[in-house]
Amino acid sequence: MKPVAFAYERPTVLTDALRLLAEDGDAKVIAGGQSLIPMMNFRLSRPAKLVDINQVKELSYIRKTDAGVALGALVRHQELHEDPLVRELLPVLADAAGEVGHWAIRTRGTLGGSLTHADPASELPAAMVALRAELELQSVDGTRTVPAEEFYLGLLTTDIQPGELLTAVHIPVSSAKSYGFAEFARRPGDFALAGAFVALAENGAAEVTWFGVSGGPERRELDLPADDTARRQRLAEVAQELDPLSEPEYRRQLAVEVAEAAYQNARGRRA
Amino acid sequence: MSTVSQLQSITLHVNGQSYMVEVEPRWLLSDVLRHQLGLTGTHVGCEQGVCGACTVLIDGQPQRSCLLFAVQADGAEIKTIEGFSSNDSLTDVQQAFQDRHALQCGYCTPAMVVTTEALLERNPNPTEDEIREALSGNLCRCTGYQFIVEAVKDAAERRRRG
Repeated sequence: MKPVAFAYERPTVLTDALRLLAEDGDAKVIAGGQSLIPMMNFRLSRPAKLVDINQVKELSYIRKTDAGVALGALVRHQELHEDPLVRELLPVLADAAGEVGHWAIRTRGTLGGSLTHADPASELPAAMVALRAELELQSVDGTRTVPAEEFYLGLLTTDIQPGELLTAVHIPVSSAKSYGFAEFARRPGDFALAGAFVALAENGAAEVTWFGVSGGPERRELDLPADDTARRQRLAEVAQELDPLSEPEYRRQLAVEVAEAAYQNARGRRA
Repeated sequence: MSTVSQLQSITLHVNGQSYMVEVEPRWLLSDVLRHQLGLTGTHVGCEQGVCGACTVLIDGQPQRSCLLFAVQADGAEIKTIEGFSSNDSLTDVQQAFQDRHALQCGYCTPAMVVTTEALLERNPNPTEDEIREALSGNLCRCTGYQFIVEAVKDAAERRRRG
């Protein structure tokens, strides 16, 4: 099928984009379009107006900040995957970005698009929760920042308000934690059936942030014993709290496997 | 609603030529390439970004032309399969595909070749894993992929030998 007709605006500066979004409550933002256009092609989504932010170049940056790294909303997944600064300071994020879709999807899809679309099986929302990122939202009324964990409200639902645009994320960088990542998909590039980020602190505290196993990112603080059997048992206990959208028993088993793999990945990174 | 479906004038730079075309915002780049410009080497399979048959290069990067509105490609440098091949001879990549029996029905082949060109441009000596990763977004329902991977290795080797 083909998309229904829509009005199209292509601002080149942020203030114009925000004004267009404020003027028309039915306007939808298009960035990479790698989730939106498939839905429009199948007429599951029929926006009356698209505000295309691809030419708003001020949203395309990767910068080192005092606290960590700032990423503009228009950063493409492939850029995130390959960027030397991200590879150095947030290697787990660079790795995860390389698992988003396929090459030809990653060259177009954007960080902001993935974070606001909030597909429960997508890597980057969970990465932001695991990394304690702050999301920057702008509208004609001003700017607010929201911790990633508070931004995700459930299946495909976020705290973004009408007229707001996700403009950047701010990710703290600390050498006190090491991070690991793993996911399981039937074929490379498919949406993951389950995935996990694991953060290990020097004092032994651990956090697991799952995706694909419920309506959104699931972060849990827990102790992870060094003993393999005890650790898997602990993960299996916590996985029982997850509420998968389908095949619950299978998904919870996968949740244990990916968390264990992410744990090993985090340990390897610390070494 | 008055602005909806109005035609817009854009310029598409395709394979080194510039085309002024009038498009509705809702028209996909894949359809405009095929129907307005007659470049039918870009195939359309799934229209949801899964099959990869519509892959073209936008400013040197492989992208799905079915997941891009033509109006969004205004001013970009687009390269399709027609930009790599000439009418009377095969490119080294195409020759390798033929020699290695890397196609049967041929539906996926133009996009396989385009993606291979992008890979070899970035990485003249890819490992088998790198080839499989690069082509993982291009589905083939005939060959089982093994011959395609061999063809890409073969093409890379020929190109390195010069």
